[in-house]
Amino acid sequence: MKITLLERRLAEQHAGRTTVLVTDIKTGAQLLLGDGIAEGDLALDNEARAAINRAVIEDKSQTIDGPAGPLFIEVWNPPMRLVVVGAVHIAQTLARMAVETGYAVTIIDPRSAFASEERFPGVTLATDWPDEVLPALKPDKRTAIVTLTHDPKIDDPALQAALKSDAFYIGALGSRRTHAKRAERLATAGFDATAFARIHGPVGLDIGALTPGEIAVSILAEITAVLRRDRIKTKEDKAA
Amino acid sequence: MSDTDQILSEAALWHRAGRGVALATVVTTWGSSPRPVGSKLAVDDQGRFIGSVSGGCVEGAVVESALDTIRTGTPKLLDFGVTDEQAWDVGLACGGKVQIFVERLS
Repeated sequence: MKITLLERRLAEQHAGRTTVLVTDIKTGAQLLLGDGIAEGDLALDNEARAAINRAVIEDKSQTIDGPAGPLFIEVWNPPMRLVVVGAVHIAQTLARMAVETGYAVTIIDPRSAFASEERFPGVTLATDWPDEVLPALKPDKRTAIVTLTHDPKIDDPALQAALKSDAFYIGALGSRRTHAKRAERLATAGFDATAFARIHGPVGLDIGALTPGEIAVSILAEITAVLRRDRIKTKEDKAA
Repeated sequence: MSDTDQILSEAALWHRAGRGVALATVVTTWGSSPRPVGSKLAVDDQGRFIGSVSGGCVEGAVVESALDTIRTGTPKLLDFGVTDEQAWDVGLACGGKVQIFVERLS
C-alpha cells in the first residue's frame, strides 16, 4: 500500500467521510474510492463496481471474485457516534468506555460547569440546549443517543429531538416511575406510543449495575446488543 | 478513534520516521474465527507490532511473513486453518479458517 493512499484514507476518515479500498489480493494493486476520489492502479469492471456499492450499503468488508482474481473490498466508515446529554458523573466513565469501543463521543449539557474540559478531556463538548445541538449533529443510523441528566428540562427536549432522528439507539436514565411520567409528557408533546417505544428506559441492560462504571457497562452493552441484534443467538440455537 | 484508525495512524507515523512497515489484514474468514474481516496488524522492520489478526494464535507466523514482505516488497496471501498443514504448529484453536493479506507500506 502506498503511504499517500493511506494518508488520504486517514484524512477522509478524520473528516467523517466514507472510503473504500479495493485490493487485488494476488498482485497487491489497489484503488481508493471515496467522495470525489478514485486513486490507484487497479481497473474495475461493472460487476465489481456493483459489488462495491453493495458492500458500502451493507457496511461490510468482504472478498469477492473480480475479473482477474479475488478482490478485497474494505469499507471504512467514519466512527459510530454516541451523543450523551448530561455531563454528569456517569457520563465521564461512559465517554471513556465508548471511545474505547470505537465511538466518537459528543457530550451536550447547557450547564457549562458540568461540561468542562477538565471533566471530559478529549471529548467534544456542546454547551447549548440539546434541542439546538442535536438536530445540527444530524444523528443517523450509526448514532446512539443517551440522556443522563434526570432533569426533564434538559432530557425532554433532547428525547424529542432524538425521536425525530434516525438514531439506532435512544436511551434515557431514570426509574420505571420516572419513565412512565416521561411517556405522559411526550404524549402531550404529540409523540405516540410507537415513538416512545424507541426509548430504552430505564437505560441499559439490567445487570444490577450500581457504580458509575457498572452503569456505563450496562448502557454500552445495551447499545451493542441493539447494534448487533441480528448476531444475537439464543442458547438453544447454539446447542443446535 | 477506532482500533483500525489507531493501527493505521501509527503505521503511517512509523513509515514517516523511516521504519520499514508492513500491514496484515484479515480478508476472508470461514467458520468461527477470532477476528473479523478487516482486522489489522502493523509490523515494523524490527518485528514490533500493533493490532491483531487472530487474537494471538497466528500472529507469530504473520509477523515472520511481514518481515519478509518488508524486505522484498512482494505482497502475500496467507492461509491459516485446521486443514492447513501449518495448523499443527500455528493453527487456530477455535477451528476456523482465515486468509490474511500482507503488504508493504511504501
